[in-house]
Amino acid sequence: MISDSEGTILSLRNIKKSYGPIEVLHGIDLDVKAGEVVALLGENGAGKSTVSNVISGTVLPTSGEMMWRGAPYAPFNPREAIDAGVGMIHQELLLLPHLSIAENIFVGRYPTKAGAVDRKAMDERAEESLRRLGLNVSPRRLVEGLSTANQQLIEIAKALTLNARLLILDEPTAALGGEETTKLFEQIESLKADGVGIIYISHRLEEIKRIADRIVVMRDGVKVQEFASADVPVRTIVEAMVGRSLERMFPVIPMPKDETVLEVRKLKSPSGSFSDINFKVAKGEIFGIAGLVGAGRTELVRAIVGVDPISEGSILLNGKEIKLRTPQDAIRNGMVLVPEDRKLQGLVLPHTIAENIAYANMNTVAANGWMTAGRIKDFADVSITKFGVKGSGHQSADELSGGNQQKVVIAKWLARNPQVVVLDEPTRGIDVGARSAIYDIIVALAHEGVSVIVVSSDLEEVLGVSNRIMVMAQGKQSGILNRDAANDVSIIELATL
Amino acid sequence: MVSTTASESQLMERFSKFFSLSGAVGPLIGLLLLCAFLSFATDSFLSFRNFLNIADQITVLGIMAVGMTFVILIGGIDLSVGSVLALSMMVLGYLNVVAELPMAVAIAGALIAAAFCGALSGLLITEFKVPAFIATLAMMSIARGVANMITNGSQIIGFPAWFNLGAIIRHFGFLTMTVAVMLVVFVVAMLFLRLRKEGRSLYAIGGNPEVARLAGINVKLATVLVYVVCALLSGLAGILLAARLDSVQPSSGVAYELDAIAAVVIGGTSLSGGTGGIVGTLIGVLIIGVLRNGLNLLSVSPFLQAVIIGMVIVLAVAAETFKQRR
Repeated sequence: MISDSEGTILSLRNIKKSYGPIEVLHGIDLDVKAGEVVALLGENGAGKSTVSNVISGTVLPTSGEMMWRGAPYAPFNPREAIDAGVGMIHQELLLLPHLSIAENIFVGRYPTKAGAVDRKAMDERAEESLRRLGLNVSPRRLVEGLSTANQQLIEIAKALTLNARLLILDEPTAALGGEETTKLFEQIESLKADGVGIIYISHRLEEIKRIADRIVVMRDGVKVQEFASADVPVRTIVEAMVGRSLERMFPVIPMPKDETVLEVRKLKSPSGSFSDINFKVAKGEIFGIAGLVGAGRTELVRAIVGVDPISEGSILLNGKEIKLRTPQDAIRNGMVLVPEDRKLQGLVLPHTIAENIAYANMNTVAANGWMTAGRIKDFADVSITKFGVKGSGHQSADELSGGNQQKVVIAKWLARNPQVVVLDEPTRGIDVGARSAIYDIIVALAHEGVSVIVVSSDLEEVLGVSNRIMVMAQGKQSGILNRDAANDVSIIELATL
Repeated sequence: MVSTTASESQLMERFSKFFSLSGAVGPLIGLLLLCAFLSFATDSFLSFRNFLNIADQITVLGIMAVGMTFVILIGGIDLSVGSVLALSMMVLGYLNVVAELPMAVAIAGALIAAAFCGALSGLLITEFKVPAFIATLAMMSIARGVANMITNGSQIIGFPAWFNLGAIIRHFGFLTMTVAVMLVVFVVAMLFLRLRKEGRSLYAIGGNPEVARLAGINVKLATVLVYVVCALLSGLAGILLAARLDSVQPSSGVAYELDAIAAVVIGGTSLSGGTGGIVGTLIGVLIIGVLRNGLNLLSVSPFLQAVIIGMVIVLAVAAETFKQRR
């Protein structure tokens, strides 16, 4: 049946998956050839992860067949998939912080010599795979304290040492900067040359166009379209993903007022992660901050909202210097942060949406300090409706998709009518539909006269929503570009100074 | 037909929400089954008199378990409550009997000593980043040591007669002073956790302290206060125990921390913090109290009783884990 398709190593036929009465995959067909990168695209909840989990043995399909290198394939658990040569790199990092890099790479399959772990061989092989990814750290180093980007690379190194014939990469660049992404792509090219098939899941369409040979678009558990090459306009891909034609990705951005709201002078962090930062943000302005991972952007905005301390410099709000010792001080002054990691810093995941919204608004929700479940629900319902969160107040936050979780985090702050809103990577790991909803919220804030700071690694995004863009490199500001002077080239030049 | 069941289930949901039974329905069923079994197995369990006995017996544990619920709710642990109880008792006895100060002053002194212990633990945890387990383990040893130093290890007797009567006289035919204090503590704690913004903040802190901090909640201050309240309630429990025993000795309250933790955990409060509540803890306390009482009525040896209580703890936690996996 698949003899006609030359070089096909994996094929899925009519794969279905149901959870109870709900079918989430409605019969998926998919082929992957040796030495080919297949991009799997779709909004969150489209079923991409379920497909990759079926292939990697994490989830058992309800019905359907799979062929792997000419033989029937039905992995019962991840171990069987790995043994068959299918490696999967999960979006969530699954590393053991107190073990060394080498131990993490070989965990569960330590090389042994005479019954004991052969540390020397293990370190050597780990070092080799790290070098291939251009990661210049000792394999004996503990994983604890490594940046997210480096941890991501270690996950990839781990998969490389498995000698997999098929690799599934789920959002591998979500935490990577431009340089690391390039290194990863070089690795993918060399794996392709070795005949490894790759399934690549990402929300970053520019990346897909760089790396993919073929694009498969999924929506609501169905394969809706397949493009034989990656040379397709982005708009066409996006329209296939969302199932409707898009008027525009970015809304029109309003002109800021003349009044300066926030001013930062000679700001420096005690740890040296940023220094000598100076900028002003006007009323109703959207101020983008771009730069590579590790340039100090997150550290800077955390300091501006009082989460981390500063060692030098001053922060002025409406012309008056303010001292921020704790997040409360900033919140009292109407400055709020939508943090980088919504799961670890933005939400109490097991608690309900309503409770999460209430946590940032205790004084408003409570009357004389008393708050009933009814008051919490009523307060949350207003925000849920206003920001179009798909879910109801009594649902727990971990039941929501990434985009809806992010809307909850934003909603909990905007209920306070802040004057400065800082959003750190507001659309990381979020599907296209929810993304444009978040851009709409950002622009609506600017219209209302709120000063918005957007930190983003996504160049298209930072160019699309900002009035001005500050670029940071190695803890210093390397330039501030006006909207009309900024493009991807000028930003990358400043970011790699 | 369909509509009645729907409204019934809605009513049930409201009922269980109000009493925050969400995590404690299992333990409640366990408690009811236990009571049903004991009513059949013994002649004397199902009597008004015996219920009053149980209420007296759980007073000390109940009050300590309320404090422990706060601590576990924010993801902490307090191993020092038994020692703090002993210290508070000894301070009470010393001030009232040896120093011959009025009882009101002695009670205030005992509570201050207890609160001081809690403040110290709380500061060690928040300012010096000592893990709660270690900080309160140290406090457990220190408080016990100080309690012994006050009289060099001997007991104190000679409280005024009315003090002991507070634990004996049943007002309106059923309510002793000590049981009344416990009931007030339970009601106040329940209202605080359910309805006060400070109480709800504790859930946020236990669920994820970083999220709580970024949301503008003063996590450090709240943590210190929770340990202070837990120690204060242990001190209060010590005063009630002194009234019941009409004497104080420094060896009181050994291993009480384990009973308190067990009651909280049986009641469905998660050791990782962020979920649970006072109603669950009350049920947990009752399960331990009824079990002890029933096993005594059945003349089960105290050694076997310990084994059975251990098994109940495992059963309660296993049932909770199983329910979450489902």
